[in-house]
Amino acid sequence: MSTVHIPFLQTGTLAVGGRLLDDAERSVQSQADRPSSLTRGHRACQGCAEALAARWVMDTAVEAADGRLVVANATGCLEVFSTLYPESAWKPPWIHSLFANAAAVATGIASSLHAQGRDDVRVLAQGGDGGTVDIGLAAVSGMFERNDDVLYVCYDNQGYMNTGVQRSSATPPSARTATTPAVGRQPGAPQGTGKSMVKIAMAHEIPYVASATVADLRDLEAKVRTAMSIHGARYLHVLVPCPLGWGSSSSESISLSRAAVQSGIFPVVEARAGELTDVQRIRERMDVEAYLRPQARFAHLFKPGGEDALNRWRALAEANIRRYDLLGGRP
Amino acid sequence: MREVLEGSQAVARTVARCRPGVVCAYPISPQTHIVEALSVMARTGELRDCEYVNVESEFSAMSVSIGASAAGSRAYTATASQGLLYMAEAVYNAAGMGLPIVMTVANRAVGAPINIWNDHSDAMAMRDSGWLQLYAADNQEAADLHVIAFAAAEELGIPAMVCMDGFVLTHATDVLELATQEQIDGFLPPYSPTQVLDIDRPTTIGTMAGPESFTETKYLQHLRFLDAADVVEAWSDRFTEAFGREAGGLAVRYDPDTLDRDRSAPPAGAEDLVVVAMGSVIGTLQEAIAPMRAEGLPVRLVGISAYRPFPREALKAALGESRHIVVIDRALELGSGGVLTGCVGRALAGTGSRIHSVVAGLGGRPILEGSLRDVIARALAGEQRGLEFLDLKTGGVPVPPVGATEVAR
Amino acid sequence: MTQIRIHGRGGQGVVTAAEMLARAGFLAGHEVQAIPSFGSERTGAPVVAYCRFADVPLRTREPVLEPDVVLVQDPTLLGPAQPFAGVRPGGLVIVNTTEDAPWVREHAGDGEVDATVVTVPATRISLDTVGLPKPSAAMLGAYAGRADHVTLAAVQQVFRDRFPGRVGEANATAAAVAYAHVRGEPDPRIVPSAEVSHA
Ligand SMILES: Cc1ncc(C[n+]2csc(CCOP(=O)(O)OP(=O)(O)O)c2C)c(N)n1
Ligand code: SF4
Ligand SMILES: [Mg+2]
Repeated sequence: MSTVHIPFLQTGTLAVGGRLLDDAERSVQSQADRPSSLTRGHRACQGCAEALAARWVMDTAVEAADGRLVVANATGCLEVFSTLYPESAWKPPWIHSLFANAAAVATGIASSLHAQGRDDVRVLAQGGDGGTVDIGLAAVSGMFERNDDVLYVCYDNQGYMNTGVQRSSATPPSARTATTPAVGRQPGAPQGTGKSMVKIAMAHEIPYVASATVADLRDLEAKVRTAMSIHGARYLHVLVPCPLGWGSSSSESISLSRAAVQSGIFPVVEARAGELTDVQRIRERMDVEAYLRPQARFAHLFKPGGEDALNRWRALAEANIRRYDLLGGRP
Repeated sequence: MREVLEGSQAVARTVARCRPGVVCAYPISPQTHIVEALSVMARTGELRDCEYVNVESEFSAMSVSIGASAAGSRAYTATASQGLLYMAEAVYNAAGMGLPIVMTVANRAVGAPINIWNDHSDAMAMRDSGWLQLYAADNQEAADLHVIAFAAAEELGIPAMVCMDGFVLTHATDVLELATQEQIDGFLPPYSPTQVLDIDRPTTIGTMAGPESFTETKYLQHLRFLDAADVVEAWSDRFTEAFGREAGGLAVRYDPDTLDRDRSAPPAGAEDLVVVAMGSVIGTLQEAIAPMRAEGLPVRLVGISAYRPFPREALKAALGESRHIVVIDRALELGSGGVLTGCVGRALAGTGSRIHSVVAGLGGRPILEGSLRDVIARALAGEQRGLEFLDLKTGGVPVPPVGATEVAR
Repeated sequence: MTQIRIHGRGGQGVVTAAEMLARAGFLAGHEVQAIPSFGSERTGAPVVAYCRFADVPLRTREPVLEPDVVLVQDPTLLGPAQPFAGVRPGGLVIVNTTEDAPWVREHAGDGEVDATVVTVPATRISLDTVGLPKPSAAMLGAYAGRADHVTLAAVQQVFRDRFPGRVGEANATAAAVAYAHVRGEPDPRIVPSAEVSHA
């Protein structure tokens, strides 16, 4: 990671606006002339982490590309809430084509730029979990396999939120969605489902893969910077709580992200060429309950009969902690 | 029992009572409420002996339906717009293989620009895919058509789309009477597929056909399609006998004065202007035309229920001696005019009919009674141009009050 | 025919309100229809829905252009949503607010329109009863209190049917409180229950 490791913890956070840091190390958001790529006028829900993450990702990428960034966006909340004709909340050149094809459209843009000899312009593609792990997976995989010069960012809110919260294959087990209702013998999404796109991306052995959350925006920024310093296919997976789909309060998007990381549910990692290179250790371990309980989509886990599913969640966290050594050898 | 129900709920419950073996769908507005309702029913057991499969794309939704149908199950799916076009290859494939899948299309515009609201462009893009296309005028018919669709599709070995206007019908709540489980069990024959991937009697489905046989294959598919009109009509008639209400059919007739649906209504006369339309605009036309009739204006209404196969003979019979027609079209053939208009024109070739094309309600623009009366009155007065975009705005797009679907004319 | 337009914000249950109103109207003996002007609205975005009552089956699919009754579930929409637009002379406008009718007219920017303006603190009532800012039941209760198109009993019934148990009961109470409020009657929660049988 390219963050500076300064022992004084506060300096790395936004709390002091990065004032103690070198200009170069400051958050893009702390600069007066920040790009504001996703600017006012969008219609995201209150507390939408997808909007927050997109702004940070794009601003960092725009800065890293010296203002020369072209964006391809898949269909989904991010696209719909930002571009209702005759308005657009995007400042960079931005195209939305379809739900399934953002990665391929981005490849087309990169190819055209290459054909025109424009190696000064960078390409970013972005979409939701549905547009990435489900309907768009073939195009994403193709783009990875060819090592096209595209940074692909997936904003994972674990469901098809734009169409009213249906299950995607990134929906975690037992989550209630409109197509996995919390009724019947096994309420919510089936156990044993839910794809790990980070692992799939790593299996393609592309130059750079990382995951991040909105609980640590400086880390998110750092990862975008690192990704932008590399050429070839790169993948960034950002967990973005969705108050509407998760049934959480709009004030909880950050704390839920933190709980997801500190409980071991969402590993924050970096990988290069298929090898894990960095893992964010759990700082203060939380029980999975801290993550699950505030979300209405998991309400049935805390009713009689929910113990089994709850224990499976604990096992899932344990498995992550073991696999990624999230405690760094601590017990 | 008459009850108050959302259109999507009515469709989902009726489909469940048709006892599908496999339901597989991928969410897209405005179809979502239908598949959400079915997924709840699959969990609660209301949808019995049925596999409900959540897939990762429409292409897979139709493909799962193909596999399920070929393996001997009654298969159902639903989609709209981008989703229908995304599954296009499999849509053609299902028809070519003669698999009687039933699919609800919650009609929606096709992008770009992306638009989630209603028009008929999606199904129209699939008009030559080899599927039956049955259009619902209201939510009662939307529900009922599914029973007819399964019956006709399975008798013909042709898949069927039931098209219902997105949001306008799918999300509207009306007073309806659903066919009960007993009624449907008594009406719809059990699924008995003509070709199955059977361990005991192995068969090959989906062979290649070379230049020496492809034309003949298509010719046979064409002949089958010609049979389809009679089969759809027969099942619709049987439905009317069994349930005591009309649904489906080919070209739909309306009482000249009450504008109520009535299959025994007389054909139009030589003096009549006939408005031809399909889908939910029929209801608005009924309200728009009734007062014109009361004023003594010679206007009649004919609905198209089966768009595929196109009901040439039934349409001509309903039009009677009339040679003056206004087609209200919810899809546009760029550079030409309304899509339905083209079909009506082809059916009436050589009859010397005057046909006006009115393109209305694209991308969810509400179609207003007043606007319809206006355009009909102008056609009667001989002042209507050949092709018209209803309520077309010139000089910029006014901003509607927030939250309101724009209704300004 | 009676035509109703409901204004509110995404998440407030505007579409549900229209559907519940249609159900209540059906229980009261009408032919009914509810039409949401559905869109890609997010939580908090302005939303409109329509409802019709009639003696004969409803056929038209056009949105309500000239409502007899307008329900405004969120007072912050008075300006932007133009709730008085198209209201029929002598119409009824019910607004969820703790303010009074003159305040509503001033903020709607339409002081001239010939309509009865009724205010009801529906959000406060629903917070007190349901525990959530979901003002629909209270709004429909207020409607039942000021017009005879629907009855309070029918409104309560449809909420009890939709949300069996505690939530349905709480909504039924919200409707009753709003009903009493707009009729200037005592709050049914503080009088002996035998006296609240005029529903
Ligand atoms: C081919 C196709 N199928 C379905 C849709 C409908 N659709 C639009 S966005 C969406 C879900 C988006 O989910 P995701 O990618 O996770 O993004 P989110 O809205 O959750 O951010 C769906 C199903 C579509 N536009 N195109
Ligand atoms: S539904 Fe979820 S992802 Fe979509 S705008 Fe609202 S909070 Fe954001
Ligand atoms: Mg998503």
